[in-house]
Amino acid sequence: MDTQESVSKEIADIHAGASGETQPRVDFPPYRSSILRHPTKDLRHADPEGAELVAPVFGHSDVDPLEADLTIQAGGEPIGERMRLRGRLLDGDGRPVRRQLVEIWQANAAGRYVHKRDQHPAPVDPNFTGVGRCLTDDDGTYEFVTIKPGPYPWRNHHNAWRPAHIHFSLFGTDFTQRMITQMYFPSDPLFALDPIYQSITDQRARDRLVATYDHDLSEHEWLMGYRWDIVLTGAHATQMEAEDDDA
Amino acid sequence: MPETVRDLTATPGQTIGPFFHYALPFDLDRELVPIGSPGSVRLHGRVYDGAGQPVPDALLEIRQADGSGDVPRVEGSLRRPGGDFTGWGRSSTDRTGRYWFSTVEPAPTGEGAAAFFTVTVFARGLLNRLFTRIYLPGDDAVLAADRLLAGLDDERRHSMVAEREPDGSLRFDVHLQGDRETVFLRYPGHEG
Ligand SMILES: [Fe+2]
Repeated sequence: MDTQESVSKEIADIHAGASGETQPRVDFPPYRSSILRHPTKDLRHADPEGAELVAPVFGHSDVDPLEADLTIQAGGEPIGERMRLRGRLLDGDGRPVRRQLVEIWQANAAGRYVHKRDQHPAPVDPNFTGVGRCLTDDDGTYEFVTIKPGPYPWRNHHNAWRPAHIHFSLFGTDFTQRMITQMYFPSDPLFALDPIYQSITDQRARDRLVATYDHDLSEHEWLMGYRWDIVLTGAHATQMEAEDDDA
Repeated sequence: MPETVRDLTATPGQTIGPFFHYALPFDLDRELVPIGSPGSVRLHGRVYDGAGQPVPDALLEIRQADGSGDVPRVEGSLRRPGGDFTGWGRSSTDRTGRYWFSTVEPAPTGEGAAAFFTVTVFARGLLNRLFTRIYLPGDDAVLAADRLLAGLDDERRHSMVAEREPDGSLRFDVHLQGDRETVFLRYPGHEG
């Protein structure tokens, strides 16, 4: 297995030749699993049409409001730092994405997923599944109450650890805005070492995945608050309906 | 009013990772219509990596028009209450890289347009989502006139059209890399 030192050197060499990119590189060999799983031909330009212009529609029949609280799903209190996470989902023009589905999944406080393929010998928390859903409100705001996930080891290289993160699955108003990403926590010492995070070669772009601690979201003797806003690519479909009640 | 958001650059994507299976799949996620119901079709295939190995930890979503060319905007895409056709489905791949959907064949959404499923692909090892289209086979003149297909060489054009199997199903394999690499799409406003 490669050392962290050699992986970090590969990352530094790639970063030295990059500037101003806003999305991860799909061709990023320091993340070993990416090597055979990225296209090598240029993406083909397409003007969106038909179903591409319309995201699937979700509503209150799909999502129980209780699914936004990951601390109450299993009958008892999960172990770890209780936290609230709130932010806004916007399109590339700054419009709120309303009443849209947000799905999250994450490790527990010990860095263990409730997943049969997770072999990390850290305890499973019987009171925590780490899965949540909500709908954004009319302001594009989403909110979850959860437990702060722990970092966890993986087999990319020797002694590789993922910075603590929450996986996010997001829809916009167009299907072309569909995306999946990971949200991180401020000042994680593992940032510099992680080839998934560092596949985004620009520091400003990487910062967009990091939540900020927000004391106004914290609650006295109860939980810590974090804020993380999300911006999707621009919508292509005309948004007459959305504009109507924008005033 | 909410605080102003200073930065409208799109948030970067990241890989779906290996552990999505207990979070994203849902009951009947790949059955947009019941299996074997009148007018239903099976859309299926496998996802391969650059070495030709199946990808057992990918997730595909399709978005499509219905059989009259209308793109559904009905609420309830996770639970489909009342059995509405929502035009959206999600399928993880199995250990052999196989995905499948039970759905209807989309009709064209415009006069003279070609009919297709829009697809997004996620996988462990894939750092950002990919988009492609699966065109319906059959009407060669309509396919030849499609703006996207017309710009491709024969082999790549052919690779975007599903194959009709003897049992009537539609087959479409996704090749993330390699000689048979799938044509992946970039829409205006997308970087990378
Ligand atoms: Fe993870």
